[in-house]
Amino acid sequence: MSRLYVARNPRVAARSLDGEMMIMSARDSTLFTLNKTATILWQAADGATPLDEIVHQHICPRFEVEPAEALQDAETLARELAGHEILQISEEPIPTRNPVGESR
Amino acid sequence: MSALLLEMSARAQKLNIPLSVQLDLTYRCNERCVHCYLDHDDHGEMTTAEIKHLLDEMADAGVFILTLSGGEIFLRKDFFEILEHARRLMFCVKLKSNAVLVREREAARLRDLNIESIQVSIYSHRPDVHDAITLIPGSLKRSVDAIRYLKSQGLKVIIANVLMTQNMQDYPGVRALAKELGVECTLDPTVTPMMDGNRSTVGLGVGHEVLHQVFRDTSLVGDIDEFCAIPPAAGEDDLESTPCSAGHTACYVSPYGDVFPCVQFPLPTGNVRTQRFIDIWRHSDQMNEVRSIRLKDLTTCTSCTHVSNCTRCPGLAFMEGNMRGPSTQDCEKSFARTGVPSANMLAKRLAGANSRPSNLVQIRTLSTAVGNSASSAIA
Repeated sequence: MSRLYVARNPRVAARSLDGEMMIMSARDSTLFTLNKTATILWQAADGATPLDEIVHQHICPRFEVEPAEALQDAETLARELAGHEILQISEEPIPTRNPVGESR
Repeated sequence: MSALLLEMSARAQKLNIPLSVQLDLTYRCNERCVHCYLDHDDHGEMTTAEIKHLLDEMADAGVFILTLSGGEIFLRKDFFEILEHARRLMFCVKLKSNAVLVREREAARLRDLNIESIQVSIYSHRPDVHDAITLIPGSLKRSVDAIRYLKSQGLKVIIANVLMTQNMQDYPGVRALAKELGVECTLDPTVTPMMDGNRSTVGLGVGHEVLHQVFRDTSLVGDIDEFCAIPPAAGEDDLESTPCSAGHTACYVSPYGDVFPCVQFPLPTGNVRTQRFIDIWRHSDQMNEVRSIRLKDLTTCTSCTHVSNCTRCPGLAFMEGNMRGPSTQDCEKSFARTGVPSANMLAKRLAGANSRPSNLVQIRTLSTAVGNSASSAIA
């Protein structure tokens, strides 16, 4: 089974407000807010850590949830956020760039 | 403002977080607009390092929307270095500029840095009128060319049109130009006093007749009956509400590091060169005083018909002498919109009526001073 990698889209604007991320889409300036679970996923989305590891390391310990169920929910969420160009998803590690175009 | 942004603003206000900051990078400018409220000399602007440090502090404080303005921002040689730093910190960056210095290369760089929008000042679609306001020949062409470059990069451009006596007939032409360029257009009839309190610029603002006409232009206001309706009496919730976002979720920082509640509210609250931004925001006595004001605390306005939906600007009121007092320019707008004079206007009329005896006293004093011949002539 292939693994999914997720990375924050460097083109967006983002700030945490009371533990929840506010994110403005670079495509059309639509504003999104992420709940605490989605915020954890966003903050851990470094392009190098597979989604299942993010779920295992950051989500399962904080919420009483079965790992398989959590991973399924996280995948659904990641694809939805990717649809809004907030996250990038790939079956390969994603080389991340910061908002000024520098590779990290 | 979107419903979600309103909700975020309400949360930020509850948490005392400065969600939005305007930072003027310089007061220097390559135009000399007749209505400008700034002095264009450099009195010691913050250095690149100071501004980067300030941006770090603002990000830590929770600032999300960062408006970079001036003066003319592109006159700073380190402008793109500052903008890059701001975007590294993931601010939602909005720019205000005359765009005279923006060409293909600058527009492409702005696109790469993913700014949210750039607002460009256009006063008329006619070069002679626009250039007579900026006092720079050829400035309209330069600005419009820049808008085309910015649009060709897919950037969101907003034309800002200030309505004054010199250009009051031209706003439909500016809106048509905006449509042709495929950009948004805003119209603002407020001309503010200079930051040093000099009110000579205010005289450039349009009078009642023009405001009345503008507020009945369906292309601007939509449903005239709704827009010009007399507001319902203010309820308790209205009177417990705050006048505007200044000092609550927003503030302004000058090129010299002075922090104010708003660009239009010249009440110094601290300086980021000697204090941490968050300490000024949270602990400045002046900021907390501004923050403490509710509509029920306003002098004159609390009993005004318009109190629940007036555009009253606390900064303009402050410049008139009392941050809890009325802002005459906004009284005039409410009057032009609804036909109902504000409590401030009525109070002034009454004061005018009551002041007649004192005027008569002055005349009597004058006639006494000039001798009996004047009295004899009147008789």
